[in-house]
Amino acid sequence: MAEFLSLHDAVARYVDDGATVAMEGFTHLIPFAAGHEVIRQKKRDLTLIRMTPDIIYDQLIGAGCAKKVIFSWGGNPGVGSLHRLRDAVEKGWPQKIEILEHSHAAMACAFEAGAAGLPLAVLRGYVGSELPSVNDQIKFIECPFTGERLAAVPSVRPDVSIIHAQRADRQGNVLVEGIVGVQKEAVLAAKHSVVTVEEIVDDLNAHPNACVIPGWAISAVAVAEKGALPSYTHGYYGRSNRFYKEWDAIARDRDTFTQWLDDNVYRADNNPAGGQA
Amino acid sequence: MSLEYTSSEMMTVTAARALENGMTCFVGIGLPSEAANLARLTHAPEVVLIYESGTLQTKPDILPLSIGDGELCESALTTVAVPEMFRYWLQGGKVNVGFLGTAQIDRFANLNTTLIGDYKAPKVRLPGGGGAPEIATNAGEVFITLKHSKRAFVKDVDFVTTLGFGRDGKGRDNVPNIGKGPTRVITDLCVMKPDPDTKELVVVSLHPGVTREQVIDATGWDIRFAEQLESTPEPNANELDILRELKARTERAHAGE
Repeated sequence: MAEFLSLHDAVARYVDDGATVAMEGFTHLIPFAAGHEVIRQKKRDLTLIRMTPDIIYDQLIGAGCAKKVIFSWGGNPGVGSLHRLRDAVEKGWPQKIEILEHSHAAMACAFEAGAAGLPLAVLRGYVGSELPSVNDQIKFIECPFTGERLAAVPSVRPDVSIIHAQRADRQGNVLVEGIVGVQKEAVLAAKHSVVTVEEIVDDLNAHPNACVIPGWAISAVAVAEKGALPSYTHGYYGRSNRFYKEWDAIARDRDTFTQWLDDNVYRADNNPAGGQA
Repeated sequence: MSLEYTSSEMMTVTAARALENGMTCFVGIGLPSEAANLARLTHAPEVVLIYESGTLQTKPDILPLSIGDGELCESALTTVAVPEMFRYWLQGGKVNVGFLGTAQIDRFANLNTTLIGDYKAPKVRLPGGGGAPEIATNAGEVFITLKHSKRAFVKDVDFVTTLGFGRDGKGRDNVPNIGKGPTRVITDLCVMKPDPDTKELVVVSLHPGVTREQVIDATGWDIRFAEQLESTPEPNANELDILRELKARTERAHAGE
């Protein structure tokens, strides 16, 4: 059964230096509070997996937590570039990072394959794309039944997956609602998992087909109110599109970024919203 | 008397008109999303819009800033997990048309959203593939919309993120179980379609008031024009009203957040 821990203790226990970490949430339910806790605890040499690095990984990369990033779309949605990701890739600041890029379809399939305990995912993908020429983890196989050429990628098997969700009950069962992304797959694919939630309730009130992750499939649950801001939690609060736009100017410059990190993460003393709302 | 409109509005309306009522469309964020929703609010009320965040048959009242805005989920018939979206709905062959934008496009309609320059030492690092590589091959056909400029329309893209017709125009030949690929490219100057034999993009229609020279100046290769070059029909008052209201609503909503 999931253990109820503080966010500090959950990150301290399950995120080791050098670990492979997936913090998922497809635009929605991005676990920012947990990401900030990883930054505060100065975790290093992480391999960060995420379909859309978004500004959460921009912050982790700029803070020097990342050694490698595995992703499929690395932009600030609707706004432009992730400047910290670009600075690391183009100029090696604060350190050079390795990148491994896929398409969304391949990464989604790779998370699903990880959850299914398979070593690889197979898809009709990457036809005519040059991504296989820069990513040696993309291979092609022949279907043993039809002879069709199909793409294969290794499954995603993180050391720890971290997601945010609406709520958990007192047994640690978690309800995820709205755009559910690959969160369930990320949790089931990982050796360990940390789920932050808006609140703990007596009854999840989930309908029979709701996306519920059983507490016994989760390592730790931590309460982090407004833990997805500036992304959003369906049914609780909206996305701060304004902050996503402001991030462009903050992240463009190393000094303004460093100042922002000092003010909103290092000195924020575990404030889950990081002062961003 | 003709109406006043901008070249961007001309582009969006023309792109919207490309969608037929009842089509199932996998929508990219930005210009494609604007055009697809304009289509839904005008001539194509039954168009089915799908976004890669898993939102199926969505009817947003305002344009989403991101591909996973809450508005998309709240106005959708249903929302599925992202692996299901790509595996069942896209790869499973349920999508008629993929509607994409891009940073760079070449004469064979290959798209580059990965980087400018060399992969190991990029001059400009772009966001990457996202859903596009599989949308472009698993949808029945592909519409592309972007603003016309020499920076965007290049002879050969720096990197083929997403297949148009390959570096030689033959990239789809003899590949089973994939879609037709790009069937039209809509810009703020013109509409292009691939030549049926060579697959090189050819201008088939110029927007009102646009000259051949303007298109030639904004294209990075020796662009050809169809023998029967047409004039793109102008937007009508209803389309312009609805587009402007949609954009005003969107701006108000995003400013308030």
